[in-house]
Amino acid sequence: MSQSSYVQSWFGNIKGDILSGIVVALALIPEAIAFSIIAGVDPMVGLYASFVIAVTISFVGGRPGMISAATGAMALLFIDLVEGYGLEYLLAATILTGIIQIIFGIFKLSRYMKFIPRSVMVGFVNALAILIFTSQLQHFEGEASIVYVLVGATLGIIYLFPYLTKAVPSTLVAIIVITAIAIMMDIQVRTVGDMGTISQTLPVFLLPDIPLNFETLAIILPYSLALAVVGLLESLLTATIVDDSTATESNKNTESRGQGIANIVSGFFGGMAGCAMIGQSVINVKSGGSGRLSTFIAGVFLMFLIVVLGDIVVQIPMAALAGVMIMVSISTFDWNSLRTLAIVPRTDAVVMIVTVLTVVLTHNLAIGVFAGILLSSIFFVSKISNVRLETKLDGNKRIYKIRGELFFASVTELLPKFDYEEDISFVEINLTRSHIWDDSAVVAVDKIVAKFKDQGKTVEVTGLNEDSNELVGKLANKLGSH
Amino acid sequence: MYNKIVLATDGSEHSRRATENAVHIASCTEGSKIEIVYVVDATHAKSDVLSNWNSVDVNDTRKARVREVEEMAKQARVNYEVKILHGEPGPTIVDYANRNKADVVIIGSRGLNGLQEFVLGSVSHKVAKRANCPVLIVK
Repeated sequence: MSQSSYVQSWFGNIKGDILSGIVVALALIPEAIAFSIIAGVDPMVGLYASFVIAVTISFVGGRPGMISAATGAMALLFIDLVEGYGLEYLLAATILTGIIQIIFGIFKLSRYMKFIPRSVMVGFVNALAILIFTSQLQHFEGEASIVYVLVGATLGIIYLFPYLTKAVPSTLVAIIVITAIAIMMDIQVRTVGDMGTISQTLPVFLLPDIPLNFETLAIILPYSLALAVVGLLESLLTATIVDDSTATESNKNTESRGQGIANIVSGFFGGMAGCAMIGQSVINVKSGGSGRLSTFIAGVFLMFLIVVLGDIVVQIPMAALAGVMIMVSISTFDWNSLRTLAIVPRTDAVVMIVTVLTVVLTHNLAIGVFAGILLSSIFFVSKISNVRLETKLDGNKRIYKIRGELFFASVTELLPKFDYEEDISFVEINLTRSHIWDDSAVVAVDKIVAKFKDQGKTVEVTGLNEDSNELVGKLANKLGSH
Repeated sequence: MYNKIVLATDGSEHSRRATENAVHIASCTEGSKIEIVYVVDATHAKSDVLSNWNSVDVNDTRKARVREVEEMAKQARVNYEVKILHGEPGPTIVDYANRNKADVVIIGSRGLNGLQEFVLGSVSHKVAKRANCPVLIVK
């Protein structure tokens, strides 16, 4: 396990990277178009984003061999913004997202990703899968039965073609076959062309056409914050997956910063915010890609194909893209989590389900993640706030042994557990197996001592550990007035 | 005669039976060594990483999966070593065995029926076809 030098990360695997980059480019096209349509913008917005992000991240990313482009997670967050304010605000929000992500990288916040509990991460990917799936249902509404047939045929090709050969991505084969059938048999269904235009030109640098004032910021900031969080979450999860499947390490802070730079560039070139893609990165690794060159080739080859084949792309039936998206949703879902749902701790299962439900109800992955983190913190606090009291009578002396963590959440239950009116003269409160964490705990112990003293008993507090002692000493002066 | 024994395992019941055979063969030759090979497929990396999100090292769980195999080798007092490799299981095992000049590869058969084998592909058949040494497929 070592981080290879920068040059090595470009040219260490030229042949494998070129081939896998081409495979990924082919698999990216249908997804980039479908994600644009989810967000409610022209297919070019997703295609430009995928081109610009892949090429930029190949230079500035921290995880060689990982594929970043326009993604479903990000597209889903744009729906409301585009509906209410339009494309220019999407571009502005994309740039702001990038700025937030760069700040995240500079302050090296990626290590705090480990604070996100496993059940929230699982809930995140499951919710993402469900949203991608439900976003496709609109393509079925009020459509003729031929649409169902085409979607079914697409899925059939996607899942069965790999048994013939794995050299060509089966999603691309499905798109080509279904498009060819639709054109030749003259089937009248909605196509990509009905959803927007494909311009066969390279993206150009443009400033988003928005008023630069506080009002604009107030509109885009909530979206950008959510986009930044979701983008980094998926990117760092993907980076860990690529690290693991290639047995190499990556720099997560460089990657956070790189994602930010890529999004800023994307916004200025008419693309939407994106992030790393789990599925595409796994395809890249499995096709033999491991270096920066593979990501670069994926972006460049994608743009080349669009410039050359744009006329054909507009004829792709939406049904074929819906089929691809259903496959993306199935492979995004963590099916393992359903199998283990009954085995994992009950609270973990609840956190996962609440995360998923929150996302499905709010259509916002970021809110779901925060709800999940909040809920699991509450569960954690309630778990460790369980304090046990053991007592022993030693002649004329009652010994209380406290076991557990003493802090704001655990002290209220502690107070009534003591028998203040017992007919004895001495009381010992033993804290050897306990820890005093905050001022509430200090106040509580003080209160217990005072209550015993009120009853005319001599009280001794023993077994304070060093940390607790220090805290008590510090707070004794400040809180002396109690 | 079999000094370098490569045992491909996925921690399943089938590979437990393969282990019994590997241990038996190893104990027949003085100075032999079992190389316990566990292959991580990129397809499973996602669920592995997710289910170990808060653990220190994903590979700990993988090592736990081959622990039973290790125990069996330990009890029989044969030399062994655990290797965690990355890639498609079939080609990775073949590549490892050929590069390290293994004397024999031992692998469990998942016991799939004809249709499953056609659909899923048989790792053991791929290994048997392409390894340069004898391959023992344990049913």
